[in-house]
Amino acid sequence: MNAGKTDAIIIGAGWAGAILAKELTEAGLSVTVLERGDDRATAVEGDYPGSIDELRGAIRHRLFQNLSQTTVTIRNTIGQVAVPYRRLAAFLPGEGVGGAGLHWSGVHFRVAPDDLALRSNVIARYGRNFIPEGMNLQDYDVTYEELEPFFDKAEKVFGTSGEPHTIKGKIAGKGNTFAPDRSDAFPLPAMKDVYSASLFKTAAANVGYHPYSLPAANASAPYTNPYGAQMGPCNFCGYCSGYDCYMYSKASPNVNILPALRQDPKFTLITKAHVLKVNLDSDRKKATGVTYLDLRTNRQVSLDADLVIISAFQFHNVHLMLLSGIGRPYDPIANTGTVGRNFVYQTITTSRAWLPSTHYTNLFVGAGGAGVAIDDFNSMNFDHGPLGFVGGSPVWVNQAGAKPIAAAIGGPGGKAPTWGEGYKDAMVETYRHSLTIDAHGSNMAYRDVYLDLDPTYTDAYAQPLLRMTFTWKDNDIRMNQYVVSRIEPIMKEMGATRYSLAKLETGELFDTRRYQTTHLGGGAVMGADPKTSAVNRYLQSWDVPNVFVIGASAFPQGMGYNPTGMVAALAYWSAYHIRTIYLKNPGPMVQA
Amino acid sequence: MVNRMLNRLKVAIGTAAFSLLATAAMAQAPDQALIDKGAYVARLGDCVACHTALHGQAYAGGLEIKSPIGTIYSTNITPDSNGIGGYSFEEFDQAVRHGIRKDGSTLYPAMPYPAFSRMTQDDMRALYAYFMHGVKPVAQPNKANEISWPMSMRWPLAIWRTLFAPAPAEFKPAAGTDPVVARGEYLVTGPGHCGACHTPRGFAMQEKALDATGGAVFLAGGAPIDNWVAPSLRNDPVVGIGSWSEDDLYYFLKTGRIDHSAVFGGMADVVGWSTQYFTDDDLRAMAKYLKSLPPVPPAQGSYTYEASTADMLNAGKTASSPGADVYLRECAICHRNDGGGVARMFPPLAGNPVVVTENPTSLVNVVVHGGVLPPTNWAPSAVAMPGYGKTLSAQQIADVVNFIRTGWGNHASANVTAADVAKLRDTGAPVAGGGFGAPTSGWPLLHPQPYGAGWTFAPQTHAGVDQAQ
Repeated sequence: MNAGKTDAIIIGAGWAGAILAKELTEAGLSVTVLERGDDRATAVEGDYPGSIDELRGAIRHRLFQNLSQTTVTIRNTIGQVAVPYRRLAAFLPGEGVGGAGLHWSGVHFRVAPDDLALRSNVIARYGRNFIPEGMNLQDYDVTYEELEPFFDKAEKVFGTSGEPHTIKGKIAGKGNTFAPDRSDAFPLPAMKDVYSASLFKTAAANVGYHPYSLPAANASAPYTNPYGAQMGPCNFCGYCSGYDCYMYSKASPNVNILPALRQDPKFTLITKAHVLKVNLDSDRKKATGVTYLDLRTNRQVSLDADLVIISAFQFHNVHLMLLSGIGRPYDPIANTGTVGRNFVYQTITTSRAWLPSTHYTNLFVGAGGAGVAIDDFNSMNFDHGPLGFVGGSPVWVNQAGAKPIAAAIGGPGGKAPTWGEGYKDAMVETYRHSLTIDAHGSNMAYRDVYLDLDPTYTDAYAQPLLRMTFTWKDNDIRMNQYVVSRIEPIMKEMGATRYSLAKLETGELFDTRRYQTTHLGGGAVMGADPKTSAVNRYLQSWDVPNVFVIGASAFPQGMGYNPTGMVAALAYWSAYHIRTIYLKNPGPMVQA
Repeated sequence: MVNRMLNRLKVAIGTAAFSLLATAAMAQAPDQALIDKGAYVARLGDCVACHTALHGQAYAGGLEIKSPIGTIYSTNITPDSNGIGGYSFEEFDQAVRHGIRKDGSTLYPAMPYPAFSRMTQDDMRALYAYFMHGVKPVAQPNKANEISWPMSMRWPLAIWRTLFAPAPAEFKPAAGTDPVVARGEYLVTGPGHCGACHTPRGFAMQEKALDATGGAVFLAGGAPIDNWVAPSLRNDPVVGIGSWSEDDLYYFLKTGRIDHSAVFGGMADVVGWSTQYFTDDDLRAMAKYLKSLPPVPPAQGSYTYEASTADMLNAGKTASSPGADVYLRECAICHRNDGGGVARMFPPLAGNPVVVTENPTSLVNVVVHGGVLPPTNWAPSAVAMPGYGKTLSAQQIADVVNFIRTGWGNHASANVTAADVAKLRDTGAPVAGGGFGAPTSGWPLLHPQPYGAGWTFAPQTHAGVDQAQ
């Protein structure tokens, strides 16, 4: 059936979709957001104490994608047969209103400006030959100065807590010395450092690094954002990642944007609407709307629109482009096409230190976005010349609150027994007296790491699954090993009684069975060249100009920082230019 | 889906006038300004709250109102033949202001016609124009009330009307009244029908006073309705609004939340569907009028904050107080150890009138069932409190309610028992009757009065996130 026409269709009700919906309704457009999951509101999902039931929540994946309906297939290398990702582990895409923005932690970075033009910067500093064979190093075609107003806007919407370094060129606080200049302060002061983070802060400074409190979209105080949406003060309960914050303290589309949208008659939200494809006209140069499956009635519905925003999770964006025939699919052999190219991830390894029994770290305390980090080994902040790799990692103590089941499954760590009394004693010691330090680093793009449609497996709707071809590469493994080696002096300085350093091993393959991070990126990257990017600098499809693809899918490389802040800034950046340029003169905003 | 429907309902109310005019282009349709004015008067009277079923079409009736003698359903007031399509202005006026239906029988006084009886001719003309030309006709038959004979007879209602409803007369302010105060009085006592809930009722469930000439009893706080107690709107410093400024009242009615209070219970619907749409001038007028009411003798003296409660909670020394122990574990993260809450989100409990009002039913009810701050155009966040009916025992809830009613300088009586809580939780019975000695059951002959024990007047909330309520 045909459900009529709306000005703009937005696919996915996460951060990117909510931002675009807000901006486009402000511009006067009627907007329909299609979300395949359930509606979610704090009153229901955050209903205390059921909201912090770990078994029902993170363990049974209450807010995550239901893989029994659709998933991805994964293989490490081109010669292998990919098999379906049937059990959530390595990464956790969200489902339902809010998407991954509802169950995220809240670490809210901007971007390291050097990362936006990493190819140019590496060449300028180390020469073209420094880039390894097969690495698709690329620039974003947007600068930090251009994005700054949109980072600022996003922080004000998110109610971000943090301490600045400089504002308009003047020292304004004890924030990250490597952070780029800001036009304004954070809307809220930084979250308090938990004990473990404060130890790290002192020790890291003592060994010559530059520690700072993480910018967090966890509210350090009550806050009302520019949309009138309210946040409560975080109480460090530790139920951020994987949960809907019952205190309204963690920013989410549900808490920070949707309340305003729900008051707007121009806004329509349709849940349980699984988009099957974006409909194109006969010459595939224009989108006419979308076809979705109404999951309540199992009927296909077509909805027409002048503008289609694809703003689902990173790999769903790519999947939908491939299913719809938007742009040319990437072929790694011929090295042609762009959709699926530069699929990237992040490297993350978690090392642990045990402190004397007089030091209580109490791992149950925490906030997902809070902690203390150093950027001394991130981006281009250090000399890669003698090291021979591209990329880097922030290093941090991000005590997000260890939940009982996850902590027990993770075990006490180190060389502790795996059962019996020794196991229990070690668990208690670890839970009370240890802390973890992450190296949360970049992941470069490679010619043979990519996304395409799986030739074998289909989803519950008879569409081919998306196939991931992904493994770790030597450049990123060596980067991780180097950064982890720089953690050791901090551990010693903290007075650790013992510690275990975790790093990627040489030749290690990507293992989907262990949680790493949900920070997937790329596949529909932005750039200046339509031969190597799927969308232009405004996130507009080069091939179908009334389609915009918003999300981490636009990242040409996986960066060391958490992606949400960058996704939000890109969403506001794109929306601003849709409002000021595209709507006045629909068509390509950059000539190919 | 619920949100979509809500949105559509809101749009329907807002734009029905325009679309109808555009399509029907009726020759004798009154001018748009009159219809718009009528739409606003309908907001003032909050007609939609009772005359719309949960997720139903606007004004098509069908809201379920349970009473001790059976279930009443609100009626279709759209201009359809099932509704009031055949009503002349005079018949419409007879129903709204006199309580007499077109067929001559008397309305249940669930319809607050004693208050509406003072509405002006101008407002009534506008309201009629809106209902005839600005509301979409809905062909939805009225649901028969589920009341069996002999209680189903309506003739006693006519006696009640004769005894208790005032002779309808257009509101005229007392000579020399400040025009802003006069406008506020009209809104509060007329279309706003605030007294329907906020004024205690007498032996036959009639409001004991319909305006300030009735003395201290006027707006002195009502009996529980759906286990929510409408508190006093008089200037009592502890149980009334004595500590509230005109600004506080203005923002409370506009947004549902101020630094020291947040709307919940039955009033949440009122803010969500009615007062948030009032003009700033009208809200200011109501605030000024309420603050201008004559002083009343303080029921509980004055309020002084006591720091000892916060000291005890900060120190974690709750072993001797089971209520404080529950508070520290379940309540303190939002309402804080100092009982101060979080401004505009989690209301304070220290010195909050609804906490210390004589009848503890509201407090027990919100702890058992939770509540949601209604989203408004000026404060869109629907902030929820979870219900603890399933996670705390009746004894724990009684303990924590008693603790809250006596902590931080609150001096309400700590007399809630586990049996009271269990009764409310399991049967829906209020903890106690009216704070001003209002009866919980009326004169048997005059049975069909609203607002007493066993009545559920608006169990189906229209505002906010209704799954949670």
